[in-house]
Amino acid sequence: MTTRQTATPVDVQKDASQVRQKAMIARHFDRLAAAPDTGEKTVYTFVPGNLTELLLSFDILPVLPEINALQSAMRGKSAEYISVAEKLGHSEDVCTYVKSDIGMLKSGNIGPTGQRLPNPDVLLLSYTGCFTFMKWFELLREEYDCPVAMLHVPYQADGRVTESMRRYVVDQLRQKVIPVLEQATGRAYDEDRLRECLARSAEAEDDLVWVLQSARHTPSPIDAYFGAVYYVGPIFSSFRGTPDAVAYYRELRAEIAERIRLGQGPVTPDGDLETERFRIVVEGPPNWTSFRQFWKMFVDEGAVAVASTYAKVGGVYDTGFRHDPSHPLESLADYCLGCYTNLSLPSRIDLLTRYVKEYSADGFLINSVKSCNSFSAGQLHILREVEARSGRPGGFIESDLVDPRYFSAANIKNRLESYFQMLEQKRPGGAA
Amino acid sequence: MRYTVGIDLGSTTTKAVVLGDDGTILGRGITNSRSNYDVACQVALGEALINARFSLIDGELARSGLAADLRARQLARLERGFRAEQYRSQLRVLARELRHFLARLLTKPKGLGKSVDHIVDSMEAEVDDLYAEGARRKSDFFRDLAGSRYLALAEAEARATGVGFDTLAGLFDKAILDVENSPEAAGRFEDHARAALAGIPEVDERLPAAVDRVATLQLEQIGSVGTGYGRQRLPFPEGQIRSEILCHGLGAHAMFPGTRTVLDIGGQDTKAIQVDDQGIVTSFQMNDRCAAGCGRYLGYIADEMSLGLHELGPIASLSTSPVRINSTCTVFAGAELRERLSLGEKREDILAGLHRAIILRAMSLLARSGGVKDEFTFTGGVAKNPAAVTALQGLLAENYGELTVNISDDSIYTGALGAALFALRTTGVRS
Repeated sequence: MTTRQTATPVDVQKDASQVRQKAMIARHFDRLAAAPDTGEKTVYTFVPGNLTELLLSFDILPVLPEINALQSAMRGKSAEYISVAEKLGHSEDVCTYVKSDIGMLKSGNIGPTGQRLPNPDVLLLSYTGCFTFMKWFELLREEYDCPVAMLHVPYQADGRVTESMRRYVVDQLRQKVIPVLEQATGRAYDEDRLRECLARSAEAEDDLVWVLQSARHTPSPIDAYFGAVYYVGPIFSSFRGTPDAVAYYRELRAEIAERIRLGQGPVTPDGDLETERFRIVVEGPPNWTSFRQFWKMFVDEGAVAVASTYAKVGGVYDTGFRHDPSHPLESLADYCLGCYTNLSLPSRIDLLTRYVKEYSADGFLINSVKSCNSFSAGQLHILREVEARSGRPGGFIESDLVDPRYFSAANIKNRLESYFQMLEQKRPGGAA
Repeated sequence: MRYTVGIDLGSTTTKAVVLGDDGTILGRGITNSRSNYDVACQVALGEALINARFSLIDGELARSGLAADLRARQLARLERGFRAEQYRSQLRVLARELRHFLARLLTKPKGLGKSVDHIVDSMEAEVDDLYAEGARRKSDFFRDLAGSRYLALAEAEARATGVGFDTLAGLFDKAILDVENSPEAAGRFEDHARAALAGIPEVDERLPAAVDRVATLQLEQIGSVGTGYGRQRLPFPEGQIRSEILCHGLGAHAMFPGTRTVLDIGGQDTKAIQVDDQGIVTSFQMNDRCAAGCGRYLGYIADEMSLGLHELGPIASLSTSPVRINSTCTVFAGAELRERLSLGEKREDILAGLHRAIILRAMSLLARSGGVKDEFTFTGGVAKNPAAVTALQGLLAENYGELTVNISDDSIYTGALGAALFALRTTGVRS
């Protein structure tokens, strides 16, 4: 019954969009590395609820500690960094993104490209549902002598954004965040520039949504979990609102359109996936220390992620939200309020159930992260509810973000194989 | 005669179940898992086929009209004799290997060869008693059985002659690997069965006839499925490998068709499985990364207490006041055990507490897999442990009310049975 195959090992040719993204990232890190000499200002901030357009309008360069942590893991450096943080007294159970970042900082702050990252001129904390973010920035504040701006985004406990919530965020943007950015950069807030950036964001967001929703095709031309990590990279990090991001997503969309025309499955590390056997919705971030190995466990089974909530942590666009240049600060507020990390358990259940149905998924899988108390809590409840409402079987695996000690390949493979065999068996006329 | 086989290669033991064309269980075999998975599978299958031949002999005798009680006695006598012959055969290979490794020693302490001969002779002299009617054996595995006798005799030999115990033990450690991995050591059914027959004083004439017919019967394998922890390295094509979760679900359903929740506590993992009315798995949870609270934990405790694994449950069952133990970490277990003993706690109370701790951990997995539904089936090696069963029954009643709790005497074969049923389906003989 289990037929391993599916991806043809070839010398994988990078798509033009991949090459473009790589060049964009390289230029960004070059600018960061040169910032102490060029005098460009930098801000450390988070992915969920990032205010990239506002930062761009001040010409201030973002550094994203979570991205650095996951990049450290993919480069095989996180174990060493976590060990440094643990020597400083951070316990084994602390979020491993935090420990990897602290360890990196204490080891010379060498970023993903091997260049030293500049110290921040501002720490901008957008609080969107992850309590650890506050503690993380408290730690960073101890390290750097720079102003801190905190944006408190109210939790969407009732599953909706009210006018008072929106006003509360806008008021903070006006009264807390913008003044700190003005002071750090010596520039005045320029709303026209912000509007230009937001218009570009909306354009790129349209293309991103089109790409992610292309997974509704059978076979899906993309992997909306592992592959989407690359697709969401520019828009979730430092490039939303830039002409580069617009060009990247236009190019990516054209490439995916071509894959659909040719009836191709998603690109995997081993080449194109030839046969789509299982369509899966995934909740929870990937494991970064064994990213390729983890992905391969899916590829070997012919499993394609057709939708994932992780591809929404930097912004949920497929429910209709777009940045709106005609209401710049309100639009930023709505973006922050609507982040996946800011959604309540019932909203997450709704979203996952919708994905299972809309993307014709065979099942859904939760990768529960050991060191993430904020989002792992409640995941079994999510599992049961989505199962009941979608009628599709859920699977549950456990690993971690960037601590290699918590990725047990044999155990995860065992669970995944069991899960996929279970899906096969439950199909009408399922395998013997 | 055609058969299908399911093999469950676990971390501690390898089990095989052989099915006939109609899905009836013909035989079951078990052996200790070893580094050579192929051999473990061969030995388990060999044992299952031996067991199948005994079942067939029983069937022949029944058809011949031999009274049930007489049939049972004759068969039991035959099987004891068979096992004794098999043990002798393995002992011969052990003796040969011991002498082989003895000859390769760079320095041979004086008297070592004589001591080895003496130990082997003593072991050979003990065989009849070991398999006498009513005799209790600590294990059915040659390694355990021969190992415990060899080491006991070696200790006595070392004391009496001054030959180093470590040297004698080292020889055994090397030799036993070759015995375990040698098909020759296990011998042929036909030879052992005929030798055993010769040793039965008042044999019913129908027994040799039945043995003759069954011993020469060709058994043709038409399907096989492998499962278990080592399934990725099983000597089966990939299409013939199934997850142990699915196999335990189907096996439990086959044993008890009303099963809706299955708990399997194996050597290094614990699985909580929900199944539908066809035995199809609907959800499952298993322990993550750490094997705390699994069968190995009990093995470790048994070693710490110098007890056989099978002795733990009965001792724990004597407890009147179980100690509360929270840690099921295998590594810490020894320390906790020693500490409790030093505090004057009774051995049975500590053991009862340890069993409860294991089951508490399993209860958490059950809850996470979707709870416990009626009927509940407990499988795996730990299901044979009476103290674990008592703790489980108490906690199930406390948390889920009264339920039917199924435990088969053959619970250890559940995964292999499920695998065999999958194998049978693939043959198309019976769906």
